[in-house]
Amino acid sequence: MATDHKLEIFRGALKFKSNTQKIWGVLILLTIVTVIEVILGIIKPEILMGYVFGMKALNWIFIILTIVKAYYITWDFMHMRDETPGLRRAVVWTAIFLIAYLVFILLQEGGYVFSVYDEGYIKRDF
Amino acid sequence: MSTTVVNAGSDQTWTGGNEPLKASYGKMMMWFFIVSDALTFSGFLAAYGFSRFKFIDSWPIADEVFTHFPFLHGVEAPMYYVAFMTFVLIMSSVTMVLAVDAGHHLNKSKVTIYMFLTIIGGLVFVGSQAWEWNTFIKGEFGAVKTKGGNILQFVDTEGHRVAIGDFAIADAHAERVQQENKNGLWFVSEGTLPSFTVDEVLHGLEANDNILVRTQTLTEEGHKTVLSREESIKLIKTYGVKVVEGANLKENEYGSPLFADFFFFITGFHGFHVFSGVILNIIIFFNVVIGTYERRKSYEMVEKVGLYWHFVDLVWVFVFTFFYLV
Repeated sequence: MATDHKLEIFRGALKFKSNTQKIWGVLILLTIVTVIEVILGIIKPEILMGYVFGMKALNWIFIILTIVKAYYITWDFMHMRDETPGLRRAVVWTAIFLIAYLVFILLQEGGYVFSVYDEGYIKRDF
Repeated sequence: MSTTVVNAGSDQTWTGGNEPLKASYGKMMMWFFIVSDALTFSGFLAAYGFSRFKFIDSWPIADEVFTHFPFLHGVEAPMYYVAFMTFVLIMSSVTMVLAVDAGHHLNKSKVTIYMFLTIIGGLVFVGSQAWEWNTFIKGEFGAVKTKGGNILQFVDTEGHRVAIGDFAIADAHAERVQQENKNGLWFVSEGTLPSFTVDEVLHGLEANDNILVRTQTLTEEGHKTVLSREESIKLIKTYGVKVVEGANLKENEYGSPLFADFFFFITGFHGFHVFSGVILNIIIFFNVVIGTYERRKSYEMVEKVGLYWHFVDLVWVFVFTFFYLV
């Protein structure tokens, strides 16, 4: 039985006394991240509208914050932190590899189709 | 923890009953189911990304579409409602993980309370989604569809959206009866007719000097293009074929038909997961109440549905980002 939980997050920078306390701690963290996302989404600061690696800096921030949230949901709510490395890698790396591959292929193709409509001879707007 | 597998003892490596990953059969299979379900959802989201990249210069802006909040009519509240829904789902994830924790301590009454709260959270979320769908399907402003299938919306000179009903001049003689398969052409029917015809909208546009047409094309700054008076009237006159109100799978007043299609399919598929999660939670809740797991001396079933429930939350975090924020 998995009663021996690992009770620290941020690589040990923050330690909790009990599992229940850790759950509330993670909830506070997730809430802060969501609030930051919503505030940024409403204000849309001009300074973050510049493009970094082909995408708006704001969108990069959203995606990184989402992955942060996903990490804490999986690691602490789903107790991935307490599973053996074998199970963790089998689940996480399989999913990350396949999803990254799928997303890369489809977005690449989407950009190409756009350029065909934009610069090519195919016309959609008649 | 193994309730279904006979434990053959740890000294015999190859006789079965071992748990090399220290997780029971059921829990491990729940994890692998979650991996495959995650791939289904990422297929949906990646397809959304594909379509968005394909129409990158004319995709609807989510902030302008989802601006409604219950009981606040006419108040622009972009994002607040979805943020509220996200919070509800994260909260119910927390009560779920507290239920799992109470299960580890074999505390039946606490598991019961937390499972109950989780179910309530799930129902609130599904209900919120129903409201969101209803608002989306009904629409607010209406638009005109062109021959090429593009959507033309209306704004005033300051750039605020204007509803078609506010300026179109209704023509009592132009009224047409909706054709049903029992009274028109034999077994031919059509969808609900829009409240106005394109001609009525055109007359209204000509009569009101302050109304302009807004196309779907995005400018350099990421705003929709607003046309001049002459261009507006000319575009509606030459290309306008149909008034569109709200959204369905074929057309919607927000822009690209694919936008509504993906909205329905992604949030619908996720809502279906939440719904089935609530059903599973209810089954487990009653099992807790009648003491099945108390007798088994193991609340692992709570942990398994918990995994599924957290996964639903996890997916929503991604849907929230890619559909509403980015």
